[in-house]
Amino acid sequence: MQASAPKSQMELTMPTPTNSSALGASEGTSASTIKLSATDLNFHYGSFQALHGISMKIYANRVTAFIGPSGCGKSTFLRTLNRLNEAVRNTRVDGTVLLDGQDIHDIEVSELRRRVGMVFQRSNPFPKSIFENVAYGLRINGMASNRARLREAVEQSLRRAALWDEVKDKLNQSAYGLSGGQQQRLCIARALAVNPEVLLLDEPCSALDPIATAKIEDLIFQLKDSCTIVIVTHNMQQAARVADFTGFFLLGRLIEFDGTTVIFKNPAKKETEDYVTGRFG
Amino acid sequence: MAATSTPLAGSGPSRSARSFIERLRSGDQVAHAITLAAAASILLLTGLLVYELFIHSSETRAKFGWSFLFTQTWDPVADEYGALPFIYGTLVSSALALLIGIPLGVGAAIFLAELAPPKISDALTFLIELLAAVPSVIYGLLGIFVLVPLLRIVEPAIRSVLGWTPLFQGPFYGVSLFSAGVVLSVMIVPFIISISREVIRAVPADQREAALALGATRWEATWDVVIPYAKSGILGSIFLALARSLGETMAVTMVIGNDPKIKASLFAPGYSIAAVIANEFTEATGDIYTSALIELGLVLFGLTIVINALARALVATGNRGGNA
Ligand SMILES: Nc1ncnc2c1ncn2[C@@H]1O[C@H](COP(=O)(O)OP(=O)(O)O)[C@@H](O)[C@H]1O
Ligand SMILES: [Mg+2]
Repeated sequence: MQASAPKSQMELTMPTPTNSSALGASEGTSASTIKLSATDLNFHYGSFQALHGISMKIYANRVTAFIGPSGCGKSTFLRTLNRLNEAVRNTRVDGTVLLDGQDIHDIEVSELRRRVGMVFQRSNPFPKSIFENVAYGLRINGMASNRARLREAVEQSLRRAALWDEVKDKLNQSAYGLSGGQQQRLCIARALAVNPEVLLLDEPCSALDPIATAKIEDLIFQLKDSCTIVIVTHNMQQAARVADFTGFFLLGRLIEFDGTTVIFKNPAKKETEDYVTGRFG
Repeated sequence: MAATSTPLAGSGPSRSARSFIERLRSGDQVAHAITLAAAASILLLTGLLVYELFIHSSETRAKFGWSFLFTQTWDPVADEYGALPFIYGTLVSSALALLIGIPLGVGAAIFLAELAPPKISDALTFLIELLAAVPSVIYGLLGIFVLVPLLRIVEPAIRSVLGWTPLFQGPFYGVSLFSAGVVLSVMIVPFIISISREVIRAVPADQREAALALGATRWEATWDVVIPYAKSGILGSIFLALARSLGETMAVTMVIGNDPKIKASLFAPGYSIAAVIANEFTEATGDIYTSALIELGLVLFGLTIVINALARALVATGNRGGNA
């Protein structure tokens, strides 16, 4: 936070064009379409209820950020959006989530996850070469008919993740030889390779230094054109920099959801204000 | 968020902290010396072992030279000794054990780590680990009283399918290389299962989730991501199993037939290095006979080391080829 560049501070104080248009969208005046919508979502880990009646709309080609103290259910909510929580034993979800108006439980789970990609908090490349990391999703989804197509798609994904120039000469080397920031961008490239419509990012910068973080934030701006982005962050400056919309979570509840400027400048709820002004524990 | 500046905790080491550090440092030296001594004693012991085997096998080494390794005669009456039938029996029975044991053990480990409900997995693993602690003579009895009769029953079926190969011809009396391989496989499977299950379970959850999040099925995530991640640990369990089966004595000698002949058929009786040393050492009359048995020990030692080194080299080159 201390490392934030002057540019970022500007964005905090003066709404950028995207931010104001997002604000408009939340007021129902923009043509923005709803990509994902959750209604009355409850989630249980065994007998512990981690999410309480979450309802939220996520707009297409916008960046939506979730903020809130750790343990408040941000990751849990994110992981219900691609049904990844189903892989955790002894969990239960009720309520509906619609992707383009269709219930995600009516979509075949591997197809849903192809359409809703995810990047994790800790970069987690596979113990394979850089090339194979990106190619894996293409292979399992049968998305590259031949070797040439595969190479092309891998290159394109690496370019979209702004990693191509750094790795183009060592595609066959292990992904573990890359720096932390590069590994995280590789994970983004891996997720982008299967052409997701939505990209879920769970605190993607929490283990990165400020320079690597800035690179990922730049990337998010570029990806907005082709993807809907949902990002969990506990860095509020980051939410203010990248997000059009922000949701504030507390103890498994969505306290407030609005345009980012509203959340940071003029929140409706006292809890939100306490949190964004740093008065909250 | 208002950046509150917290006072720097402990801006310099206090006197008591310094003496604590000094204590740690001298402790480090002691620990270093102790661990070094432990490591050195292992080397020393190994060296001593090889030296003793080498010295006490001097007679046969002088008499037969390298041909000891390639001769098939084992005739204590004529004092003619060759190690080949034993080397063959040891290698073939162990290879058979791995052939059966690896798919069984790794398959079971995948089931227990990935598919079985945790409670059932833990209960089964407990039983499997008990099996690993059963003395090998008990496995020998199991072989004689259970596996050999069982093999007699399935033998016609094996013969009808694979009888055309030289591997399954001739009479089957029960005790055979084949029986030894099967008993050994039963003995090594618990090792493979319990170690492989642990390493598969130790694969970080986010590896599996990364694959699932790309649209992989559960099986694809297991096979493409989890198993490759756990590969070196699984191979480690296999090396351990191999080392155990190469040196296994009691259970093998009870079912292998103890006949120093090289036959193409697995149904024929055979002999292994460890078994012949155990069986004949006490009754070995004459220096050359004893020397031959000790040289067999040296051969077994060398065999174990060479095979392990080869396996490791194989893994190392496999790893360099693209995978991490
Ligand atoms: N696998 C799990 N099993 C049981 N409880 C969990 C599990 N994962 C998270 N939780 C609990 O659910 C709550 C929300 O966690 P999480 O969604 O990870 O929070 P956040 O991402 O906001 O830090 C926490 O109280 C956490 O302890
Ligand atoms: Mg989290």
